[in-house]
Amino acid sequence: MTAAPDQSTVQRRRRLKARLWKLAAHALLLGLLFVMLYPVLWLISSSLRHQDDIFHEPGLWPTSFTLQNYVNGWHFFQGFTFGDFFINSFLIAFLCILGNLVACSLAAYAFARLRFPLKNLFFALMLGSIMLPVHVQLIPQYIVFLNLGWVNTYIPLVMPKWLATDAFFVFLMVQFMRNLPRELEEAAEIDGASFWHRYWHIILPLSMPAIVTTALFTFIFTYNDYLSQLIYLTSLNKTTVPLALRLFIDSGGGTSNFGGLFAMSVLALGPVIGFFLATQRFIVQGFATTGLK
Amino acid sequence: MTGRARSEALAAYLFLGPWFAGLILITVGPLFASLVLSFTDYDMTGAPDWVGLRNYAELLFEDPRFWQAARVTFFYVVISVPLVIAVSLLIAVTLDRGLSGLPIYRTMFYIPSLIGGSVTIALLWRQVFGSEGVFNAVLEPIGLSSGGSWIGHPNSALGTLITLHVWSFGSTMVIFLAALRQVPLELYEAAQIDGTNAWQRFWKISLPLISPAMLFNLVLQTISSFQAFTQAHIVSNGSGGPIDSTLFYTLYLYQKAFIENEMGYASAMAWLLLVAIAGFTASLFATSRFWVFYGDR
Repeated sequence: MTAAPDQSTVQRRRRLKARLWKLAAHALLLGLLFVMLYPVLWLISSSLRHQDDIFHEPGLWPTSFTLQNYVNGWHFFQGFTFGDFFINSFLIAFLCILGNLVACSLAAYAFARLRFPLKNLFFALMLGSIMLPVHVQLIPQYIVFLNLGWVNTYIPLVMPKWLATDAFFVFLMVQFMRNLPRELEEAAEIDGASFWHRYWHIILPLSMPAIVTTALFTFIFTYNDYLSQLIYLTSLNKTTVPLALRLFIDSGGGTSNFGGLFAMSVLALGPVIGFFLATQRFIVQGFATTGLK
Repeated sequence: MTGRARSEALAAYLFLGPWFAGLILITVGPLFASLVLSFTDYDMTGAPDWVGLRNYAELLFEDPRFWQAARVTFFYVVISVPLVIAVSLLIAVTLDRGLSGLPIYRTMFYIPSLIGGSVTIALLWRQVFGSEGVFNAVLEPIGLSSGGSWIGHPNSALGTLITLHVWSFGSTMVIFLAALRQVPLELYEAAQIDGTNAWQRFWKISLPLISPAMLFNLVLQTISSFQAFTQAHIVSNGSGGPIDSTLFYTLYLYQKAFIENEMGYASAMAWLLLVAIAGFTASLFATSRFWVFYGDR
C-alpha cells in the first residue's frame, strides 16, 4: 500500500511545478508590458510636468504638476485650436466609416449570398487588390484629383471608401456573411421578399460583429493615416490631428513647445484606445470568422 | 438562364455597383496609368514626354539613392518581420497555456499595434531615442548610454524604427493566439501521455497546426513592411537621414513624386515596388506547400 502516497507526491510536485511556471510567466509578461508601455506612460506623465522639467526626468512620478501644457498645446496655432483639427479628423473618419460600411457590405452580400456569372473572377480580383501597394495608384490618382480641383478637399480621402476600395473589409464581411445559415433567407424568398429586403432586414442586422470590426478599423486606419493626408491636405483649416502634431516640429527638428506637443499627443491617442476598448468584445467575434484556423 | 437566375445576377451586379466603379476608377485605371507614366518624363506641367525605359535604366544603373532606399527597406523587412513573428509567437504560446488574465494581457499587448503606426508614436520615438531621451537616461546608470542621439546616428537610426515595428507585434500575436486556441486539447493530452515534453509538443503539434496562420501573418507583415512610411518620415523629418540611413523606399518615392515633381520617375519606382512585393509574396506562397499544413487535405 505504498503506491497511493507516491502517486499523490508526484501529483503534488507536478502541481507545484505548474504553479511555479505560471508565476514565472506572469512575472515575465508583466515585466515586458511595463517596458513596452513605459514610453507611453512617460509621455502622459511628462505632459503634466512643467516644461523645464521634462527632459531632466526620465521617471514616471510627476515631480511637478501643471495643466499648462494642455492649454499651450491647444492654442499653439494662431487662429485655430486643436479642437478644430480633432473635428477635421473625426469628420474624415466618420465619412470613411459610413462609406466603407455601405459599399463593402453591399459588395460582400453579393459575393457571399448571390449567384452570378464571373463571380469567381471578380472575387479573385477583389482578393488580389488587397495586396496592391497604394503607391502604384497614388500618382495617377493625385494627378486626376488635382485637375478636378479636389486637392485640399476631403473628397480624395473619402470618396474611394464609398467605392469599396478597401477590399480587406469586403473580404472580412464576405467571410462573416457566408457563415450565416441559408434557411434565414429561404423563408423570406418564399414570401417573395426582394434581395434588397433580404440584405437590409436579414443579413445586415446579423452581421453586427463584422460591421463593428469594419467601423473600428476604418476609424483607426483613417485617423492614423498620414501619407494621403500629407499629400492632399495643404491648408491649416483642413488640417488633421497627425498633420498638426507634426507641425509642432520645426525644420531644424526641434520644437519651441515640447510640453504642448506631449499634451496634444496624449489627447491624440485617446480616441483610438477608447474606441477599441468600447468595441473589443465584438472584434474577437468578428475576427474569429475570417476563416483563420 | 432562367428568369430567377437572371434577376439574381442582375441584383448581384447592382449590389456590386460601387465596388465595380471603384475597381475601375480607383484601382485598375490608376494602376495602368502609372505603368504608362513610368515610361514618360512628367513634371506636372505640359504633357508627359515618352522616354521608353529610360526611367528604369536610370533607377537601376545611375541612382545610388534608389539602391540605398532598396537596401534600407530590404534590411527593414528581413530583420523586423521575422522578429515580429518570433516575439508574437512566443507571447501567444505563453498566454495560451491556461494563464489567468488572458483577456487583459491580450488587450494590453494588442494596444501598441493600434497606435504603433501613428504620427503620435513616431514623434514619441524621436524623444525616447533622442540624445536627452528616456532610453539614454535608462542606460546611463549602467554605463551603456552613448550620450548621443540614437535617431541622429546613421548606425542606430534604422534600429529604432525596427524596434518600433517589433513594439507593435500585438496584431500578429492575436492571430497566432486565435489559431492556437483552435488546436484540439486532446492532441496535447495524448502526446503528454506518450511522454513528450512541452518543447516537442510545440514543434510537433502547435506549430504545424498553426502554420496557416503563420503564412497569413508572414504575407501580411511582409506586404505592410515594404510600404512603411510614416515612421521614417516623422523620425527623419522627411529627409530619410541621417545620411539616408532611414530612407525607406516609399519615402524616396514620396520625395521624387511630391517634392521634386518627377511623376514619371516615381511611377517607375512604384512599379518596381509592386514587382518586389509580388515576388516576395509569390515566393512565400510557393514555399508554403512544403511547410503549411492543412488538416483537411
